[in-house]
Amino acid sequence: MNANAWIEAIVLILIVAGTLITLISSIGIIRFPDVYTRAHATTKSATMGILCILLGAFVYFLFKHQVFSVRLLLGIVFVFLTAPVSSHMIIRSAHRAGAPLAGISVRDDLKEDLVKMKQPSTEGPDEREYQT
Amino acid sequence: MFIIGLLLAMFGLTISIGVAVYVMLKRSSTIPDRILLIDTITYMIIGIIAILSVMMDTESYLVSILLLGILAFLSTISLCRFVERGAVIERERVD
Repeated sequence: MNANAWIEAIVLILIVAGTLITLISSIGIIRFPDVYTRAHATTKSATMGILCILLGAFVYFLFKHQVFSVRLLLGIVFVFLTAPVSSHMIIRSAHRAGAPLAGISVRDDLKEDLVKMKQPSTEGPDEREYQT
Repeated sequence: MFIIGLLLAMFGLTISIGVAVYVMLKRSSTIPDRILLIDTITYMIIGIIAILSVMMDTESYLVSILLLGILAFLSTISLCRFVERGAVIERERVD
């Protein structure tokens, strides 16, 4: 095998691995009953699967064309940073907006903590800040 | 061989997009569920664009990957703020 075939094999392995991770996570999307459990499946496809595919494209352009593509690297870093943040934000807003849990859920720890946190802050410090 | 593998990968990603659209239309019950699935669909489109740029051997599509990533993050954040509080941009009036 010459060098060209090796590069194509590595790129193909990376891209097919990313596609398989995405397909497995789509099984999770269709099987889970709830927002909170479905986010568990979609976060894996957004970070691991897409990261594998973009890394394959980066390796292809680096070794086939000898181009260090800064735009693709920036895209990889951006997706890797913002996908967990946006998923966490969706789940936080869903819980605060009162999206119901699935019937098979056992306990909701965050609800008790939110109630406990809201109790002392209803009187006192908020109004004092607004008066100054 | 290489082109056939890339085509199969694009086919798999398209199937996952179809599954996500089906779940979004038929099985989801709340708004955050749909926001989550739209976010996932955008990331899958990013993957398809990356495979397409490898297949057509050009670097011209790589800008749109960065653009779609930024667009997905900003739209998700603004939709979440709207669902949570009813306002995207909060102005606090201190006179």
